[in-house]
Amino acid sequence: MLAPAMAEVVAVAAESLAGSRARAARTVLNQVVLPGEELLLPEQEDAEGPGGGGERPLRLNAGARSRVRVVCGPGLRRCGDRLLVTKCGRLRHKEPGSGSGGGVYWVDSQQKRYVPVKGDHVIGIVTAKSGDIFKVDVGGSEPASLSYLAFEGATKRNRPNVQVGDLIYGQFVVANKDMEPEMVCIDSCGRANGMGVIGHDGLLFKVTLGLIRKLLAPDCEIIQEVGKLYPLEIVFGMNGRIWVKAKTIQQTLILANILEACEHMTTDQRKQIFSRLAES
Amino acid sequence: MAAERKTKLSKNLLRMKFMQRGLDSETKKQLEEEEKKIIGEEHWYLDLPALTEKESFIIEEQSFLLCEDLLYGRMSFRGFNPEVEKLMLQMNAKNKAEVVEDKTEEVDVSDEEMARRYETLVGTIGKKFAKKRDRASYEEDENGDVKLIKAKKMFLKPHD
Repeated sequence: MLAPAMAEVVAVAAESLAGSRARAARTVLNQVVLPGEELLLPEQEDAEGPGGGGERPLRLNAGARSRVRVVCGPGLRRCGDRLLVTKCGRLRHKEPGSGSGGGVYWVDSQQKRYVPVKGDHVIGIVTAKSGDIFKVDVGGSEPASLSYLAFEGATKRNRPNVQVGDLIYGQFVVANKDMEPEMVCIDSCGRANGMGVIGHDGLLFKVTLGLIRKLLAPDCEIIQEVGKLYPLEIVFGMNGRIWVKAKTIQQTLILANILEACEHMTTDQRKQIFSRLAES
Repeated sequence: MAAERKTKLSKNLLRMKFMQRGLDSETKKQLEEEEKKIIGEEHWYLDLPALTEKESFIIEEQSFLLCEDLLYGRMSFRGFNPEVEKLMLQMNAKNKAEVVEDKTEEVDVSDEEMARRYETLVGTIGKKFAKKRDRASYEEDENGDVKLIKAKKMFLKPHD
């Protein structure tokens, strides 16, 4: 995926090293950015003249709030008034749909190692049961803790039926670098919404995080084509884990192989494989 | 004697949680303000000029949920797991805020069946409250519905 971009990267790196000046985020959209680059937000572009002194011209309405709130997403950090790139990848931007302005900037990068993030739905494996909590391995630096009361309809007397080795689909409520991550299997209203223990059988395998996001995109063709093959069930975890289940073991394995391989296939190759499968 | 003099409750007692449940929001606010005043005089504070925090217009978020509209993580196709398919429609509709077109109102029980159930329900509940000697007059129908067969013995007015 990044092979054709390597030529771009070299050209871009040379340019930016020579200039060593912050670029406007607007001009770099959908291009490769490297860690250490600083990006200017649209409001600050007019301040940076050709000399690049960095002084902002006085405005008449200095008191009024002329800046809009911008969200910097994964791969970016705040550095004074600018955005600092921390991961290499393509810079993306999303316009705000409604209400508060500014939009979201983020870096579309590829990695295999998951870092727990609050609000993410993940698939975890129960590794230990100690007292009132379960220890769940989510692929992060430490196992997440899951309280037995965090299931729908669970009370002190009515404990959920969870054993060591079960697969759990849940979301994080606490996930930062200072504390142990905590997850739950209910939402804020107390309903399960599909979370909880994932059923028996099926196959769990690991893919890169970028592939998960690609497959969960609203207009993903791969999922639509896969759904036409035969009855099946898939669960995607944002930690790079996918669980699949079909009626027979062979179908399950075919599905797992397709999903793992489709990261490196072109559209034509994929269509070939699907048509061959549909025939058999 | 107790009605003559209103028992005066102490302030500490009134500040307790169970005494505050019945108050309306205004009295609660007043009590809170009074408490804050009491506390404010006793608390120590730094006698420094107020530090103005720089207002940052950039918010840092590490989650991809804000960035990309991702679908719900559980999927089922061709009827493998009907509950998950229902969930898919629900959650994805919530994300896109679309109006679900096929909104068939599924009535679990038809009206006729409800009426029949209530009819028999009267019999079974009635049996529960009937006296021991009247319980014999309830008998089970062919369908298993409990119905009152003969009239209950009521007071008969004497002719003269």
